[in-house]
Amino acid sequence: MSMRAYFARHAQTFVGSLGRIAAAPFAALMTMAVVGIALALPLCLHVFLQNARAATAGWNEGFDISVYLAKFATDARTQAIAAQLKARGDVAGVRIVTAAEALAQFRRYSGFGQALDALTDNPLPNTLIVAPAIAAGTPQGMAALKTAIAAIADVDKVQLDTEWVTRLAAMLDLLHRVVLLAGLLLGIGVALIVGNTIRLDVLNRRSEIEVMKLVGGTDGFARRPFLYSGLWYGFGGGVFALVLVAVAVAAVGGPVGRLAALYGSPFRLSGLDFTTAAFVLAAASVLGLLGSWLAASQHIRAINPS
Amino acid sequence: MIHFDQVHKRYPNGREALAGVSFKVERGEMAFLTGHSGAGKSSILKLIALIERPTRGRVIVDDRITSGIRPRAIPQFRRQIGVVFQDHKLLADRPVADNVALPLIIAGVPRREIDKRVRAALDQVGLLGTERSRPLELSTGEQQRVGIARAVVAKPSLLIADEPTGNLDPQLALEIMRLFKRFNDVGVTVVVATHDVHLIDQFGARRIVLGEGRVAVETPP
Repeated sequence: MSMRAYFARHAQTFVGSLGRIAAAPFAALMTMAVVGIALALPLCLHVFLQNARAATAGWNEGFDISVYLAKFATDARTQAIAAQLKARGDVAGVRIVTAAEALAQFRRYSGFGQALDALTDNPLPNTLIVAPAIAAGTPQGMAALKTAIAAIADVDKVQLDTEWVTRLAAMLDLLHRVVLLAGLLLGIGVALIVGNTIRLDVLNRRSEIEVMKLVGGTDGFARRPFLYSGLWYGFGGGVFALVLVAVAVAAVGGPVGRLAALYGSPFRLSGLDFTTAAFVLAAASVLGLLGSWLAASQHIRAINPS
Repeated sequence: MIHFDQVHKRYPNGREALAGVSFKVERGEMAFLTGHSGAGKSSILKLIALIERPTRGRVIVDDRITSGIRPRAIPQFRRQIGVVFQDHKLLADRPVADNVALPLIIAGVPRREIDKRVRAALDQVGLLGTERSRPLELSTGEQQRVGIARAVVAKPSLLIADEPTGNLDPQLALEIMRLFKRFNDVGVTVVVATHDVHLIDQFGARRIVLGEGRVAVETPP
């Protein structure tokens, strides 16, 4: 068979399979809807996660690190440490709060003025307020900076009040795994759903397959239209899933925007980007093809003319 | 062309359809396979088309021992044989042209060539103009002729038919038989299984009469 005839035959079957689906649109749409819903679940989780990451990405910025020096560190030593920190690439700026300033602030804001007068000595150490560079604003960057500062001599304690941001990021990572796992399982489910539909299609066309085999058709020849049907089921399900996700994003987008505005944030809910959407369509088509291949191969092999 | 050598066929249910059948059909010959129903006519045709395999004995078709043909090679083997069925086995939801074209589509013949050969085959059976009809819109005799057109469209060297006139009145049956004779006249080996002795009396072709799973009477070629 020439290549041209081969491709012409494929093109013919490809379009022909659409005709078959159009002949029983309700059954086909049901299958596509089930596939779509199965795919929409992990996709919605993915969109949620992606937005949660986008919304919390900047949260490490603007968090300063408080560095409490040892009580015996002199003002000169404090200056030296500040200069050393300023020289670091992941530090944007360093402000010195001397023990005296700290005591004055405390006296002013705490309301313990009288009590503090009883102290003969200033109990507070010199403190450095370190502002990290934006590039270091990740959980890992902050942790690295914290460790580096803690290693400097005369530093007593480094306090980072953003540990919960790190925990949130860890939780999002965990959720990401869950989404991948759910996607994997539901992907297998999609292949099985399409496979089951194809199985029924094959059984419905049993006599037709028998005739094909009687006049010399191979299993592959009889299988081809079912493969294209499976491809269409998968692709249609993918389109359905994208529509569901778009509807969900549109439905939740308004309230999310208003909530963000109340916190003074310009955050907007974003849907799936083009690459992800294209990937979803491709993956759904491949899963449909896989499911139909498995089901059609098995059931067509079992059909023999008698 | 066809050589049965001591062929036995026992079905899984225990029924012995053939009990040592031997006969030969030469290339270009036309032969009628007769006998009462259950005598093994259908079994012989199924063995020729490799729908069944012999329990014992050798079946040789076109110089090939069929027991040596692996399942993967069966489709290719069947493409050299045109088969006509009593119940036509047409695809009801496809137009006549598609039904006739099926063997050519399977063989990967280019589209333009297919249209030409489908029209030629329909012309040979006198059904030119019915290309777009559905099989069920045609009469039984016409459906049978569509089945014959499909069997001959790929120009097989062997044509086998199982009770092709079973559901037809005598006049239509005679026409169908004459059609087979015409294909035989142009060199196609033809084997027709039929119980209609009255009909085949009108043809000079060879007769292989089956009885109780054996060849009972065989007229010389």
